Amino acid sequence: MRFANVTAAESLKLTSTRLWWILLLVLFGYVAFIAALLAGLFGAMGEQLSVTPGSPQLPDATLPPVVYSTASAVGYVFPVLLGALVTTSEFRHQTLTPTFLATPRRGVVLLAKIVVLAVAGAVYGVVALIASIGLGAPILAATGVPTALGDSETWMLAARVVLAMSLWAVVGVGLGVLVPNQVAAIVIVLAFTQFVEPILRFGATIWEWTAQIGQFLPGAASDALVGASIFASLGPGQVETVSLEWWQGGLVLFAIAAVAALAGYFGAWKRDVT
Amino acid sequence: MPTGVPIEIRSLTKSFGAVAAVSGLSFTVQPGQVTGFLGPNGAGKTTTLRVLLGLVAASSGTATFAGTAYRDLAYPLASVGTALEAASFHPGRTAANHLAVYALAAGIERCRVGTVLDQVGLTEYGDRRVGGYSLGMRQRLGLAFALLGDPGVLVLDEPVNGLDPEGIRWMRGLLRALAAEGRTVLVSSHLLTEVQQTVDEVVIISRGRLVYSGTLGDLEAGTTVVVDAPDRARLGAALSGAGSQVEQGPDGLIVIGVTAAEVGAIALAAGVPLSKLTATQEGLEDVFLELVGEGDPA
Repeated sequence: MRFANVTAAESLKLTSTRLWWILLLVLFGYVAFIAALLAGLFGAMGEQLSVTPGSPQLPDATLPPVVYSTASAVGYVFPVLLGALVTTSEFRHQTLTPTFLATPRRGVVLLAKIVVLAVAGAVYGVVALIASIGLGAPILAATGVPTALGDSETWMLAARVVLAMSLWAVVGVGLGVLVPNQVAAIVIVLAFTQFVEPILRFGATIWEWTAQIGQFLPGAASDALVGASIFASLGPGQVETVSLEWWQGGLVLFAIAAVAALAGYFGAWKRDVT
Repeated sequence: MPTGVPIEIRSLTKSFGAVAAVSGLSFTVQPGQVTGFLGPNGAGKTTTLRVLLGLVAASSGTATFAGTAYRDLAYPLASVGTALEAASFHPGRTAANHLAVYALAAGIERCRVGTVLDQVGLTEYGDRRVGGYSLGMRQRLGLAFALLGDPGVLVLDEPVNGLDPEGIRWMRGLLRALAAEGRTVLVSSHLLTEVQQTVDEVVIISRGRLVYSGTLGDLEAGTTVVVDAPDRARLGAALSGAGSQVEQGPDGLIVIGVTAAEVGAIALAAGVPLSKLTATQEGLEDVFLELVGEGDPA
């Protein structure tokens, strides 16, 4: 049972249904819209503020990373959804039966799925960056803000966005094996990423000790990994300075994915397929 | 040409919680013939097959292919082909891609996809999404998946479900041909009449236990024979004289407990020309229902 065979099969599974490119299209449109909005809004605000002496200045240097990082800051829900949907559809459509008939070693299948989704998440990251930089940079330039495209730090940020999106797809697989019910998994992804976590992160900034815990929330860890985020910039800002190092953020995200996948493996994945 | 190996079920027990789906089941399925795996719905057929295929863990006992458990087969799809009752397809994937996924996983040449689609008569529908398939087409695709690795052993759960009469006839011919090539063919069904014309041997289970294992002919020994002659009275006397239990039926004498061949021999010995000699299907079905303890249809 060669791992490469199983990985090839899992990638054909992913690419032979329409889900991946539909989600990718929506991701591109969503990130492009938000990035263009932010670049236009803040770029214009900066111009307005600069003609009013004595008003606080948005430092030009912080703006490009905030715009470019929307790729993961608002786009991360898409790789999670992809990972969760392809995994739960195996349960929903009972394709686990032929899958485990072809590859009785179930751990190998799960590992191959994680590898394939990690690559798919990275592709999502690249496409999301094309949206955020491709629309954000020209608009920033048009409003007179330096685009920082020649800055190596910008491209390091882009690389960390790709890594974050890759890890988010793996988190999705972990969630999918942990919660095999597809509807439940979708509700959890949307409710947690769009509602629960933003509130928790906002609330966590009130006290020092909650901020210490809040930085381990997956979204916060992801923003720490990327190194810039619209959420970090818009927080109430009292103690928001507390944030993990970028590599710590990456490890936290990876640990969340690994724990979910392992728990799901010993839970639903190894259970009787009836 | 791949040859089959025996399927060996030994003291197999599987409990779901407090419910024993299969209890101490033992039987062997030989290569080179079609074996029917029969029992009413809920008798434990599917559970037995899923344990055999490593999809469900046995509580105790073993289910192997000549001693090798499914998960220990070096090339599972090339050794054992499976079509299970549940339609396990992603509706948004084409049939050709569905098969290609598992061919890739099992290291089977991609060209086999076209071969098996052709074999089950789905070639022109291969590029259609399975979501639009009829039940009969899904059954054919399930069989295509089973044939993908050109395996020596075939395990088919209710393969004629949803097939039209022409499809059923085609399936019979295919199963017989596969067995004639030396493969092991195990076909489950909850209807004896469905597989009667196809199988050489039957394994009958009820409530998770074995109730019969052997040839259909031996099973028929307990069945009823309807026989008639122009001189019905003399025929009746001859049969009674030979010790048979004879009853008057609407279209002849009903003989219980002997085969049609024995009835014929008795009539010949008595010099009575026959006008009719039938081992009734209803009789076989009655024996089956009696065996599985469902003699009184509710």
